[in-house]
Amino acid sequence: MKRKIAIAAFGAALALFAGLSFYRSRHLREPVVPGPGVSRVAHLGDYFGPIKGTVNDLNVYVLDGKEPGGTILLLGGTHPEEPAGRLAAWIFAENAEVAKGRIFVILTANRSASTATRLGGAYPPDFTIPTAWGGQKFRMGDRWSNPLDQWPDPEVYLHYPTRQELAYVDIRNLNRAFPGRPNGTLTEKTCYAIIELIRREKVDIAIDFHEAELQYPVISTIVAHQKGADLAAAASMFISSIEGFAIGVENSPKALHGLSHREIGDATGAIALLLEAPEPFLDATRGRTDRELLLAGKDDFVVRAGKRGLLFEKIDEKGWPIDIRVGRHTSTVLQILEIWSGDNPAKAVVLSGVPRYTDVVRDGIGAYLKDPKAVAPAKIFYE
Amino acid sequence: MNTVVTILYYLLTAYVAVLLVGNFLKNKKWQDEVLYIIVLIPFILRLLRLK
Repeated sequence: MKRKIAIAAFGAALALFAGLSFYRSRHLREPVVPGPGVSRVAHLGDYFGPIKGTVNDLNVYVLDGKEPGGTILLLGGTHPEEPAGRLAAWIFAENAEVAKGRIFVILTANRSASTATRLGGAYPPDFTIPTAWGGQKFRMGDRWSNPLDQWPDPEVYLHYPTRQELAYVDIRNLNRAFPGRPNGTLTEKTCYAIIELIRREKVDIAIDFHEAELQYPVISTIVAHQKGADLAAAASMFISSIEGFAIGVENSPKALHGLSHREIGDATGAIALLLEAPEPFLDATRGRTDRELLLAGKDDFVVRAGKRGLLFEKIDEKGWPIDIRVGRHTSTVLQILEIWSGDNPAKAVVLSGVPRYTDVVRDGIGAYLKDPKAVAPAKIFYE
Repeated sequence: MNTVVTILYYLLTAYVAVLLVGNFLKNKKWQDEVLYIIVLIPFILRLLRLK
């Protein structure tokens, strides 16, 4: 009997250890200090009532310019396991000041997906960005909504409204559920609410931040809906010649449904663009899946795959550090807005305070994250 | 429909958890007892909606 009690206690200790880790990861509160440009913080539920009070009743940081102009929407965290997207959006919300036009920023477009990591993936539950004031911890997250929030998955996922057959698990993938539907799953309702925001706020350009494994052909690129093809091509040329890195352009496939760059462009008046940066952490041939790989982007196995010609992006021993990946996103947005504003003066979006690629690489992301301890608690929002 | 499936799923999970506990109590070999306890952990975490 004593042996059984000892073994049961051992099991209880393991369950407690694992349970606490999962609970803390799901409930980690990430502070956001809205920058001087943030006029108000709305919620996604303001645009579609049924999402109110759910895990995906997201904060929407609204930055109003001093002069009227165009409106853009930045989406971070469509796939929270691609952290450069969330961090780039974070930098805009905490630093941007808008002179002309309006910017709407969503830091975690699928907050549910940010509360779990990939089953069997051995992902770290969180990661910390070093700062001068000590560092800020972020949830790692997954590609799909947390099964605790949306379950069960069907045998086959039929995308709405096209009825295109997609992988069953992608019914929880925000970037396979656009344009969404009002009486659908949590993920579909979230997409529907984002579409409602775009329609009601008359968004001119919606930009969705992502990262991709190096074995995936759509990488280091701007994926553009046909309405934004010229804008993306011009941005690609300017970025590749003056920003210090190269980025390509891909046309959004017309026959592949559910993706933001296709459905936002088709369902609303907005130009839809999606940015991809390289993230070795996601590669299937990676080695140990830890925080170091996530942040430094260095992996010997992925380098070896590159030497065998198996990758669609270069990689060497320097890897793809998170600062480079985030800097690519901030500079790409700034270039897109500069070109857009030059071509459309009445719908210009002019801003300052956001670091470019060279700034982020030189100073690190942490230099652009605000210390929540330095402001009054009432001014802090949580993701 | 999803709610019904979810309730059935949790009932099934609880049933399997009870079977594992029963086998753990009946078993005489310590190696099997450890095995039953380790297999039980994910069922407990599911029932508590932690993962």
